[in-house]
Amino acid sequence: MTLSPIDKVAKATPEPVAKRIRGLSDRSIAWIFVAPTIFLLLAVNIFPLIWTIWLSFTNFRVNRPNADVKWLGLRNYERILTDSDIWLTMQATAHFLFWTILLQVLIGFALAFLINKKFKGNDLWTTIIVLPMMLSPAVVGNFWTFLYQPQIGLFNYVVAFFTRVDPSSFSMIGDVHLAPWAIVIADTWMWTPFVMLICLAGLRSIPDSIYEAADCDRASKWRQFWTITVPMVLPFLMLAVLFRGIENFKMFDLVVQLTGGGPGSITELTSINLKREAFEKWRTGYSAAYAVILFVTVFGLASVYVKALNKVKER
Amino acid sequence: MSFSVTNPSNRTKWVAGILVVGYALITLLPLVWIITTGFKSPADAIAYPPKVLFEPTMEGYVNLFTTRTRATEAMLPTLAEPATWYERIVREQNMIISGPSRYGERFLNSVIIGFGSTLLCMLLGTAAAYAFSRFRVPLKDDLLFFILSTRMMPPIAVAIPIFLMFRQLGLNDTHLGMILLYTAVNLSLSVWLLKGFIDEIPIEYEEAALIDGYTRFQAFYKIVLPQAATGIASTAIFCLIFAWNEYAFAVLLTSGTAQTAPPFIPTIIGVGGKDWPAVAAGATIFLVPVMVFTILLRKHLLRGITFGAVRK
Repeated sequence: MTLSPIDKVAKATPEPVAKRIRGLSDRSIAWIFVAPTIFLLLAVNIFPLIWTIWLSFTNFRVNRPNADVKWLGLRNYERILTDSDIWLTMQATAHFLFWTILLQVLIGFALAFLINKKFKGNDLWTTIIVLPMMLSPAVVGNFWTFLYQPQIGLFNYVVAFFTRVDPSSFSMIGDVHLAPWAIVIADTWMWTPFVMLICLAGLRSIPDSIYEAADCDRASKWRQFWTITVPMVLPFLMLAVLFRGIENFKMFDLVVQLTGGGPGSITELTSINLKREAFEKWRTGYSAAYAVILFVTVFGLASVYVKALNKVKER
Repeated sequence: MSFSVTNPSNRTKWVAGILVVGYALITLLPLVWIITTGFKSPADAIAYPPKVLFEPTMEGYVNLFTTRTRATEAMLPTLAEPATWYERIVREQNMIISGPSRYGERFLNSVIIGFGSTLLCMLLGTAAAYAFSRFRVPLKDDLLFFILSTRMMPPIAVAIPIFLMFRQLGLNDTHLGMILLYTAVNLSLSVWLLKGFIDEIPIEYEEAALIDGYTRFQAFYKIVLPQAATGIASTAIFCLIFAWNEYAFAVLLTSGTAQTAPPFIPTIIGVGGKDWPAVAAGATIFLVPVMVFTILLRKHLLRGITFGAVRK
């Protein structure tokens, strides 16, 4: 290794001297630098969180500020966990999570695999594919309702063109059986590039020499794919699934604009349901308990998952 | 013919290229549709079959920025000739402009809140990231994880107490409230990303500067900041895009003065049914800057969306 003159001077300085110069009030600088961030996060995240937990044990309602606030203990939690409507929204969320992640992983990985074939202009096309994911989900979701219109919508027209059904015979948003798929399609359109980008990074991290060695050993392409490509990309893929999982568990903007939870409450994901309880029915204490349950669920699932991810990485 | 294991054959490249380009074209379709619908007349926008070729008009854009009233048959001949091109477009629909719409204000709110929160977030985030990167901060890992975990909560869950808190402090529906909120939300991203970027700058540069008599602060802004400029710029764009796109907090905590564009655009309606060209025009103006930024950011995109977990 060659050292620049600066490095040489730095290396030559006796350690105690360097330490004394470096150590000058470092500690206070560190605090000055970190404190504002921590303070803001305490004020806007932790304090509200503690408040939420407190509210979740009460019957407080925002629209009745003068009513007596009664301590309910765990009653709110009991009611939520035994409410069959909430289990229905959980099912809707699970359906949404499962299919969006599955489709995004399959399409995203396939795209990354193809882009990694390094055809001419692959950078340009990657950038184009990535565009939807950076856009405002609410604004885009709102426009998708136009694409999904029976008769005049582009989506219905394209489907009708290929399947020969009447474009006004189905309504993606209005039909109880189709609406859950309407949100899956829009979300997949939007977020597949996310999984693709992460997979691409994984594929590019595999050194060529491994494939060369496998080829010397006369391993078939098929075998190389399953014993080299897939295991090497797996940690990346799992990371992508973690991000998508957390994001889609919180999903609100895209779906609320697309279907508003309807028809009925068939696409009412947990966040939309929670919004209804908290900001339409104004059951503040109840929805605070709901929020705590959701947070514990995300946090719990995410930490279990991260443990699994770390195990895969170690291999 | 030479054969290389790692360089795919020409045929493979062609097949891969065609498939990827095919996907890209399909994926672009909704975006192209947004942009073209903005230039259609309301009749063309809802025509069946959907119109690909049409006569472009600025009607959508004019409708987006104005409020109009219908002129009666008797009134029409008495009106003066329209003085500007947009008045002429409105007159062709037998309408007169009665004032500006709210879109301009809402867009401006998005700009103020987006840039305000990005600036604040970068100030706080750079300082914190530097400290986490260079100093021994007690409980460093716990603090970093705590900062990240704030991002896991569903916005609606956080919004309940924030709504109550803002009401107490008089911050509901104010620019300041939204700037503080978006700053707090984005700090997790900016601290994690910037720490990664600063970690990559060799610490020896600063040590040499310190030995040359620089103070810590001087070393920070004369050595570290210029070195981290690209990283800071791309982090800033990520924060800006997030604040720009945010909907959940905006729709719950703002209604009038501080409302941003995302909750506003879906509420645009026309006379007798939704004015899709105006909605599309509003969406186009709102989305195109983000598309441009995305293209500029493409090298750092992966890092940004994974909070620095994956680096190319």
